[in-house]
Amino acid sequence: MKRKPENIKNKLLPAAAFCLILLLWWGISATELVPSYMLPSPISVGKAFINDFPNLMTHALVSLQEAIYGLIIGVLLAFVIATLMDRFETLEKALLPLLVVTQTIPTIAIAPLLVLWMGFGKAPKITLVVITTFFPIAVSLLDGYKSVDPDKIDLLRSMKANRLQIFAHVKIPAALPFFFSGLRVSASYAVVGAVISEWLGGFDGLGVYMTRVRKAYAFDKMFAVIILIIIVSLLLMWLVDILRRISMPWAYLSNSQNEISESSGKE
Amino acid sequence: MISPEKVSATNICRKDNVLYLLRTENITKSYDSRVIIRDINVHLHEGELVSLLGLSGSGKTTLFHVISGLAKPDSGNVFLNEDNITGIPGYISYMLQKDLLLEHKKVIDNVSLPLVIRGVSKRDARKQAQPYFEQFGLEGTEEKYPSQLSGGMRQRAALLRTYLCSHPAALLDEPFSALDMITKGQMHKWYLDVINKIHLSTLLITHDIEEAILLSDRIYIMTGAPGEIHNEIIIERARNERADFSLSPEFLAYKQQILDILKQ
Repeated sequence: MKRKPENIKNKLLPAAAFCLILLLWWGISATELVPSYMLPSPISVGKAFINDFPNLMTHALVSLQEAIYGLIIGVLLAFVIATLMDRFETLEKALLPLLVVTQTIPTIAIAPLLVLWMGFGKAPKITLVVITTFFPIAVSLLDGYKSVDPDKIDLLRSMKANRLQIFAHVKIPAALPFFFSGLRVSASYAVVGAVISEWLGGFDGLGVYMTRVRKAYAFDKMFAVIILIIIVSLLLMWLVDILRRISMPWAYLSNSQNEISESSGKE
Repeated sequence: MISPEKVSATNICRKDNVLYLLRTENITKSYDSRVIIRDINVHLHEGELVSLLGLSGSGKTTLFHVISGLAKPDSGNVFLNEDNITGIPGYISYMLQKDLLLEHKKVIDNVSLPLVIRGVSKRDARKQAQPYFEQFGLEGTEEKYPSQLSGGMRQRAALLRTYLCSHPAALLDEPFSALDMITKGQMHKWYLDVINKIHLSTLLITHDIEEAILLSDRIYIMTGAPGEIHNEIIIERARNERADFSLSPEFLAYKQQILDILKQ
């Protein structure tokens, strides 16, 4: 299949912008506009990344694990609560404002409390990830359930479908695109959530390592960690996109290509 | 077929010694204290195709919602054979106004949905639906998604799904109105061909006068707000003469008659 020039342009432009920023960064550090111990050059960051790679990976795996566990629990919790809220309107009225309030609590303020309650293990980290990821997924699922065409529900009702069948055949598929856009947002929150909770105490993980290298004024290593966090977040978002592709094959059809018109059928 | 605990078989639908397949008795329905339809009496014989012709807003779709059991009437009853099915969905095949194909299901799973809802396994449902694809001119579309079909094909798939609901009577709400003129003409021919092959008794909503005359054995004309049955016209013609019927003087006479009624 030939790629449309539009498509190439869409990928080329951000890549060019990225290179420009990198060049600017290099220029600033090369001209000593900012002293190099405060802003290491991209080259020394790259070196730190390579030299520190095995170390970075061990910590990244811990953070990624916390993020994924938290994300999975967050998704399950969001699914249960959103489904119950969709089913029982009173529950929605009672809970939705509360959910919004929980979102205004700053993560950074809760994290030390969680450490206090749950210790320095993985539990407080996963909990924080659950708290940050749960909301976007729950709200988008709820919106998704409500987006279903009421005529489709009538159609199923005319076939004598029960509530569960209507849910499985119509409501869940209608909610899927919403769910995945919520999940995409949450996936990026998840890594950041894990890192923030690691700042406040723990044995390993990117957040722990970040605090350690910051205290040692090894800013090149710190930048390497930041870049790794970005990479891990992007990786997770990419995973969500793949998952979306697998679970919603109908959304990725090229429409005009395979259209069958009535003229090809028997008249 | 009809569970006795849900349906009270009290009323006998015999009138002048004729057995009706489907009959409504003085249906009145209002939404938000506005009366939409009033005292509607329509009936359908076995194997008949009857049109409900009326301007938009005369409550045709509301009547279908009541007959299908999706909505409860304020007063009046719906009888299928001799059973009172008022307000109970699941006894009549109903094709709603839009084709309402589920975009996330392949065509074969869309049309076999009524079987799956009834508890047939997905695999068996596919097997049962498969033979009808040729009859309905849908062969080759089984593994496609609805978004890959043209408007006419989508409509055929929706009709096949309605047919696979397998109830003796079907309600079709403007099944051809979203199609362009030429496709519509093809679909009319196709539909007459199909109902000759499959045995189906149909009540059809349309606002297209020519469509009503061309397809129907009888036409109910609905007028006004609240909607009422204004007239009943029996279309007389030989079954297999339909092809040329639309150009005949009788056809034009029917059209004139209906236009006069609607003008009043």
